[in-house]
Formats: sequence, structure tokens, C-alpha cells
Amino acid sequence: MENTTVSAVKYNAWFGDNHVVKNVSMDMPGNSVIAIMGPSGCGKTTFLRGINRMHELIPGAAADGQILLNHEDILAMHPIIVRRKIGMVFQRPNPFPNLSIYDNVIAGYKLNGIKLHKTEKERIVEESLAKVALWDEVKDNLNKKGNFLSGGQQQRLCIARAVAMQPDVLLFDEPTSALDPISTATVEGLFSELKKNYTLVIVTHNMQQAARVSDKTAFFFSGELVEYGDTEQVFTNPFDKRTQQYITGRFS
Amino acid sequence: MAQIENALNQIRTEVFNMWTLAENQLEKAKTALLHFDQDLAREVKAIEKRVNATELKIDRDCEHLLALHAPVAVDLRFVLAILKINTSLERVGDTADSIAKYILHQPHPYPAGLLEQSGLSDMFDQALSILSSAREAFGFENTRLARTIFHQDEVLNDMNAHALPFAVNYIKENPAETEAVLNTISIMRRLERIGDHAKNIAEETIFYVEAKVLKHKILES
Repeated sequence: MENTTVSAVKYNAWFGDNHVVKNVSMDMPGNSVIAIMGPSGCGKTTFLRGINRMHELIPGAAADGQILLNHEDILAMHPIIVRRKIGMVFQRPNPFPNLSIYDNVIAGYKLNGIKLHKTEKERIVEESLAKVALWDEVKDNLNKKGNFLSGGQQQRLCIARAVAMQPDVLLFDEPTSALDPISTATVEGLFSELKKNYTLVIVTHNMQQAARVSDKTAFFFSGELVEYGDTEQVFTNPFDKRTQQYITGRFS
Repeated sequence: MAQIENALNQIRTEVFNMWTLAENQLEKAKTALLHFDQDLAREVKAIEKRVNATELKIDRDCEHLLALHAPVAVDLRFVLAILKINTSLERVGDTADSIAKYILHQPHPYPAGLLEQSGLSDMFDQALSILSSAREAFGFENTRLARTIFHQDEVLNDMNAHALPFAVNYIKENPAETEAVLNTISIMRRLERIGDHAKNIAEETIFYVEAKVLKHKILES
């Protein structure tokens, strides 16, 4: 348990009667990249959204078990605090279209009603954009709208927006599925930098991406965690036959 | 069927063709040597080109499979194993080719007594048998059989170890046959190497099936 930033303990999630995540327990160590893969409908995105309590926003959704953030149960914490500590980046880049690049980065502070001094804002904007390798590209256009950027840049802006809140954990739901290969490579390159400061949990359909960027890989099937281990082991010698069938493309 | 499965099946078929080719080459080299059939030795040399071409084709297909299908887990281990097995089989072909040279460069048949007393024929049979075991172990993913190859190789090593003392005594008694004896010893050394190739193939079979690396490790009893 030492060095574990996030742990799921017998976590279950439902949509009405539909039991979509079943008794999942897994430790996600700090400063690492954890990839979650599995076929459509396996519960991986629901599990991801459970980590920062977004699952419960959906009408009819329910959850039990525990998600521990540094040994503290997030279900006992205020959801806003949880989402401040656990940021999320979605499949499609979604910068606020009416806000400038600058305001997009510090949007989390504004939405949370946190007042910052101008110099503090400038420091956060520069540091956050630098962390996602976007500062040099946009520093002269900070007042332009976020949607002025390319798709890949917009996604990095969204990551900067999440990073700006100084979270412990960053969740990514298919972060590159809407990006071209060059932007994908740039975002993937960021993961190894970001994990120096955060724990990254990535849901991906792209198995090669999971193999390339993650330290640990989890395979979900029918809501169950089938296998969870070091990425190298999962992709070279998976323990479970279902994992092997999935990663070798023989899943029926 | 997944596209990768078609590609893997194609490579599997090609490797078994290569296996047949290499074994046939060794079998022909044996016959050519024991019956001093220089025409058959020439045939072995001619077919060696096909062995080399088949090796290149398998290498190329493995390269394409890696680039186009990005195999993982058991599929990746299969391709990595095939790349090494392919090299081993090509070297079996080289051995047959070099034995053929010992027939073509020899003006007279090897003395019948030398062939009989040296145990050369038995050594050929043991080499062919170990190759056949290796093929069966790989084909049926039978790692228990693969592990017996390490012991079968020891039999070949023992046969080779006896070759030199035999040669010394034989030359003392038949000095006029010295060149033929030295050639025979060289052929036996090459046959001993067949055991090493089969052992490498067995190691690759175990790696492919069980994901265990036995190379450079002392085999557990």
C-alpha cells in the first residue's frame, strides 16, 4: 500500500439495475501511468468516472465500496474537493469556446470561486502550459480563444487546465482518440513528464498506446477486473486467457 | 479469423516447409556419403540455394508481420521464436551442404570399415531423430518433449567425444586412410552441431509456449 495514491476497494457501480463495475479492487501507485483497457461496455469508463465521483452525477447511477485517495475515502469527501484533487481530461478536446487560452487554464479557479492575484494567475498559466509543452506555442496568443488552436493543442490546453488545479491524480478518458498521429505522439510524450508529478489513469481502446505509455495495465471485461499487472508482463505473458485473447485480437 | 492469424498461419506453414527441406537435405547428405553418391551430393548443393531463399522469405514475412500487425503476448513470442528457429534450420541446411563438399572433393569412396566403425551412420540417425523431435515439440507445443531434446543432445555430444580417440587409433592402424578419417571427424563435429541447433529450437519452443527463457541456464532436472 505504500506509495499508493489511489486505491479501489471492492468498488461497484450501477446504472439502475445494470451492474457495470463489479467488486473491483486495485492499487494505483503514485507517479505512474495506469492504463485501463477492455472491450466496449466493460465498465472501464464508468470505473474511471467513479474515481472522481462523476459517475454519481448520472441519474439512476449508484456506487459502493471505496475509492481511496492517499488512504482517504473520496466518497466521504466533498465532490468538489475530490474533483480538484483528481482532474479529468475527456475524449474530445473541450476548451471553453468563449474563453481565452489564458482564462481556460485558470477556469478551474474561477469556477471554484478562488481569487488569485494577477502575478499568481500568470505564474499558474505559464507553469501549466509549460508542463504540457504548449507555452512556447501560445505565449504570444494567450488572449486568443481556445478554439483557435489545433485539435492536439486544444487537448493539451485541457490537460493544462486540469494541471493548473495542482491535482494529485489525472484521469484521461480516451485522450487521443480524436487526434491525428502527430498530436497523439505529442500527448503520449507528455505522459512520461506528467507522471513525475501526478498519477495518471488512462482509459484507452488503443492497446499499443497502453503498451507504450503505461507502467501498469488493467484489463476489464463485463465489469470485472480480469487482470492487473505490470504492462510489460500483461503484454508479453498475460496470466488470464481472456486477456491474451483480447490483446491478440481473438476475443469473441 | 483475425488477419494476424492468417499471417501467423502462413509463417507456420513456411517454417514447416523449411523444416522438411532441412531434414531432407541432411537425409540426402547421409545417403550420398554412405553410398558415395556424388550426383546426390550435387543435388544437395543445388537445393541449398532454396534453403537460403526460404530462410530469407520467412525472415521477410516475420518482419512484415511485426510491422503490420504489432503482435503481443503469445503471438509476439511465436514470431520471435520463429526468427531464431529459422536461423537454426538454415544452419542445418549449411551442415548438409558442407557434408556434400566432403563427398564431391573426395576422389574415392570413404572406406567401408571407417564408415562402419566410426559410428557415423548412427550419428546421422541421432541428428535426424533429434530434429524430428524438435519439429514435433514445436508443432504440438509440447514442452515436455522439447525438454527431452537437451538429453538427446547429450547423446550426440557423447558420440562426438568418442570420435577423436577412435580417429587416433584408426589412423595408427590405417595410415593410408588419414585424409578420409580427418574428413569423417569433421563431419561428425558438424553433426554434433545439429544437436546444438535442435537444443536452440527446443529453447525457443519453451519460450514460445511457456514464456520461459532457458538460454544460458542449467536445465532443471
